[in-house]
Amino acid sequence: MKKYTYTEKKDTRSGFGAGLLEAGKRNDQVVALCADLIGSLKMNDFIKEFPERFFQIGIAEANMMGIAAGLTIGGKIPFTGTFANFSTGRVYDQIRQSIAYSGKNVKICASHAGLTLGEDGATHQILEDIGLMKMLPGMTVINPCDYNQTKAATIAIAEYEGPVYLRFGRPVVPIFTPADQQFEIGKAWLINEGTDVSIFATGHLVWEAIIAGEKLAEQGINAEIINIHTIKPLDNAAVLASVAKTGCVVTAEEHNRLGGLGDSIAQLLAVNNPSPQEYVAVNDSFGESGTPEELMKKYGLDSDHIVSAAIRAIARKMPVLKDLIEG
Amino acid sequence: MKKDIQELEKIASQVRRDIVRMVHGCQSGHPGGSLGCTDFLVALYFGIMKHDPDFKMDGIGEDLFFLSNGHISPVFYSVLAHSGYFDKSEMATFRKLGSRLQGHPTTHEHLPGVRIASGSLGQGLSVAIGAALAKKLNHDNSLVFTLHGDGELQEGQIWEAAMFAPHNRVDNLIATIDVNGQQIDGPTSAVLSLGDLRAKWEAFGWDVIDMPGNDMAGIINTLEEAKRRSGNGKPIAILMHTNMGHGVDFMMGSHKWHGVAPNDAQLKLALAQLEETLGDY
Repeated sequence: MKKYTYTEKKDTRSGFGAGLLEAGKRNDQVVALCADLIGSLKMNDFIKEFPERFFQIGIAEANMMGIAAGLTIGGKIPFTGTFANFSTGRVYDQIRQSIAYSGKNVKICASHAGLTLGEDGATHQILEDIGLMKMLPGMTVINPCDYNQTKAATIAIAEYEGPVYLRFGRPVVPIFTPADQQFEIGKAWLINEGTDVSIFATGHLVWEAIIAGEKLAEQGINAEIINIHTIKPLDNAAVLASVAKTGCVVTAEEHNRLGGLGDSIAQLLAVNNPSPQEYVAVNDSFGESGTPEELMKKYGLDSDHIVSAAIRAIARKMPVLKDLIEG
Repeated sequence: MKKDIQELEKIASQVRRDIVRMVHGCQSGHPGGSLGCTDFLVALYFGIMKHDPDFKMDGIGEDLFFLSNGHISPVFYSVLAHSGYFDKSEMATFRKLGSRLQGHPTTHEHLPGVRIASGSLGQGLSVAIGAALAKKLNHDNSLVFTLHGDGELQEGQIWEAAMFAPHNRVDNLIATIDVNGQQIDGPTSAVLSLGDLRAKWEAFGWDVIDMPGNDMAGIINTLEEAKRRSGNGKPIAILMHTNMGHGVDFMMGSHKWHGVAPNDAQLKLALAQLEETLGDY
């Protein structure tokens, strides 16, 4: 089992800010828009370097999505920045008609996703955004796991033609992926090989899955851990290959269990290889105020919950296997 | 390329025939607003805009038009076809399965001349602002035109966009509002009053011009005036006063023909009032 360590923690939104600056340097068609949350989205460095390529929209997210769509017509590559809640639910029809259906090359960049926004509470903690965005035909949905991967993803989506939803967060989390990584959209990232259970995690839950893998190893369970940074298009081949080997699944995400990564994997497996699956996700509820750590614990999104889900998943496959082998 | 008033009126007559024939052909669609805005769109595409029927999405160096009230797609399609973006015969496929002429305009089927999907109201002004900002970044001096329904102004996004454009000196933008006073459920004054539209747009910082919407010479003169006023720091709003259903007497001035197709007898009556000038599709 590969041991993951870290020397530094940073917020994934800062990875976005660094990636946006780099994308802007590489391609002068990259422009940025923000709805009155420059500091929260870490867009200051881009604005300082390219003031003429930045548009302050004000608190008007619907207008921001439309303007972004219009900018693509003149060949620009717009990156919109606001909280995940205001990047999706608030502007769903604008994204649907002016961006997705119109096939516009807009990068919808969403910070403060999920519970880890913390004290602001449920009005701002969207847990439905992955579902909303993945249902739009042609939309790519990406939820990277740490600072380095968010930076790499931001650079990569500038080079990809088509609408993208890039989801990241507020809290500092361990940096454990390489600074020089090439981000490949749609390619699952193997964290650790294993044979007993496949743990598919996305975003902040990837680090929790790594910790869970260590705890499971102490109990003699060999978990395969895969980082699904791209929820759509899903790396079907990687998921099916892993589950063919392990026979059971845990999915882990900072999202409602309805409509998220878990459902994408369940749908794939239901058609191709029905397998016991346990969800580590928010159980169809809103969040609340609290510290990120408190909330992740209360809503069942930490490494301990992944461990118990893995044990449940393994238990569910064992009787079936035993019957088949012994029967 | 640019045509005189008489020629423009001839085109408008043919476009009106196309509208009622298209809507009759599939027994659905929106004839009222289409007929009311025919003179404007004909003036724009055949008398005002610099545009190339060899369609390129980026439209660099060309004037662009965005139809925000996408339900008046019949007039848009007819004007695009007569401009040479696609063959006139394709109008026969309007709203039919497999057509590029969808009920509301879309880029999804790659119909030349369309740069954004519209139909869900209130979104086109924001898109046009984005396109206008891109023109400025590209040092492209051409203009961006839009058309909106007056009922559409009830959508909040319009006013987000209305606030943004003057603050950011988007002065390469000429937005026209079809003030016909009608919407699906009745007169705008009864459904949700729009109030003093000139005062509203001026208060937001726009340069506002009134325009007769069914008088070709008046439209051309006003649009030329709007072009002259562009580039002076303010976006331009044109309040275009039209008759819904203009050109077909029994459809005129009523919301009843907002989204209703004529039957065979009504089609015959309508076509009798509209000269076939360029040949029916």
